[in-house]
Amino acid sequence: MEIGVISWRFWKVWRRNLVTFQKIWKINFITPLLEPLLFIAAFSLGFAGIVGQIRYGGAELSYTAFIAPALIATAVMNNAFFETTYASFVRMYYQKTFDGMLATPLSIEEIIIAEIVWSASKAAAAAAIMLGVLGAFGYVQFPYGLIAIPLAFFGGIAFGAVGLFFTGVVPTIEMFNLPIFLFVTPMFLFSGTFFPVSNLPLWAKPLALAFPLYHLVELARLVCLGRCETVPLLSIVYLGVFAFLFTTLALIFMRRRLIK
Amino acid sequence: MQPIIDVQHLFKKFQDVTAIDGISFTVRSGEFFGLLGPNGAGKTTTIRMLYGFSPPTRGIIRVFGMDISKDWRKIKARIGVCQQDNTLDPDLTVEQNLMVFAGYFSIPSKEAASRARELLEFFALSNRRSAKVMDLSGGMIRRLILARSLINRPDLLILDEPTTGLDPQSRHQVWDRLEKLKSSGLSIVLTTHYMEEASRLCDRLVIVDAGKILVDGSPADLIERHVGRHVIEIVGPDQALRDFLKAQHVPHDDLGQRIILYTPDGNDLSAAVRANFCHEQCTFRNGTLEDVFLRLTGRELRD
Repeated sequence: MEIGVISWRFWKVWRRNLVTFQKIWKINFITPLLEPLLFIAAFSLGFAGIVGQIRYGGAELSYTAFIAPALIATAVMNNAFFETTYASFVRMYYQKTFDGMLATPLSIEEIIIAEIVWSASKAAAAAAIMLGVLGAFGYVQFPYGLIAIPLAFFGGIAFGAVGLFFTGVVPTIEMFNLPIFLFVTPMFLFSGTFFPVSNLPLWAKPLALAFPLYHLVELARLVCLGRCETVPLLSIVYLGVFAFLFTTLALIFMRRRLIK
Repeated sequence: MQPIIDVQHLFKKFQDVTAIDGISFTVRSGEFFGLLGPNGAGKTTTIRMLYGFSPPTRGIIRVFGMDISKDWRKIKARIGVCQQDNTLDPDLTVEQNLMVFAGYFSIPSKEAASRARELLEFFALSNRRSAKVMDLSGGMIRRLILARSLINRPDLLILDEPTTGLDPQSRHQVWDRLEKLKSSGLSIVLTTHYMEEASRLCDRLVIVDAGKILVDGSPADLIERHVGRHVIEIVGPDQALRDFLKAQHVPHDDLGQRIILYTPDGNDLSAAVRANFCHEQCTFRNGTLEDVFLRLTGRELRD
């Protein structure tokens, strides 16, 4: 890769995504607004009677309080990952948006970085709304809970990058089913989202620890509840390395796909 | 004077396929230059290398005197490209498409707004400025893509089949605007497989086939050189005509049910044909660029 191919011009591409996002912002905001309400209703009405209190990080928590930060973390994953898979693929393949951009002084690298940063921004916006809703029910400790917003952006980079890597390699849009089934769904279920990873059998633990979502969930619990099971610094480093690795892979494979 | 575009010994390979097989050409400042050829000849591939979208396998491309592989950002800032595909943003309005695109060139938004207004006026889109791109007709979409390619006030406009799929009204409107741009001194490169379009617009053109340049010249020049001024088409030719043509050494294409004669200066020949060989239908007409094209690239289908 040449030096000088990535400049601040990438914000122009980011802005393009913001302009289209604003067109349907009401719809874009409904999900992060209503999703936490649905989960709170389901788990506090239906589930709490069975589970009751849960032991986590050396304290007793209500089950809903336990899953609330995980909801934010999974929303970050979904927002970022779906943005750089389905939405980016549509822009790249069906709308040929990137082809149009490549006839301007933008570089392919700037477009790729902008897509990832945009997906992280969208994830952070969703996290901010969810934080407000969950905070209103007392599931977030303020002001530390506000750190969840930059944390969401950070996590969003990791999931946006891995999503764009898949966009660089899948032959057709239907093929996204595969990484969703093999990567996103298992993460959603086994990343300490619905039960603490310490409850998993010994052989399954390393698997959960390899999931980037696990580290994001733990960090979200740290900022929202003040407690977590991991070493926070290690989780931050893990997510950072993951983000860097997949941003590099996304750059390589998207370049290979677009430049012929 | 330094040429606007200088292409030297350009090659492009895709895996094992050689798409561009060593072409060289130059485009002068203010020239309307045509790149003609059948489907798969390498027109779009060449164009894409010209604006730095696709890197050449070998060869040199200089635009405005700069090397595209090094100074691509400076070059692209001064080029307008009207791509073959519709690359407009379907989610945005007509005006937003221009504004967002202006952003990619770092044009300040106030300046961009005034340019957008001007361009929408020029392309007769002012009354659709708030319309969604999805609601536009094919002709309007094409005009908007053209308007968008001019937002950076380019010194060079690159057009890849700008009228493909348009109805005659839209096509003539686009031609009219392109002629106005040409008379304002803009350098333009056009690919097309409409010979009428190339004849009308181009000062000079090359015909490419299988990645090689076959001929280079002005439309009138090429017609004169390869076809002659007069053409006679004879439907249902008989053996007598064939024998006559062979005896007289008249250049012609025999398509079975139809024979096409190319007569550089043929009053005598025309009279002879009219008197003796017009059994079904004869057409006496001027030579066209289409005749040149078909003579040089053959009549077989390419797709």
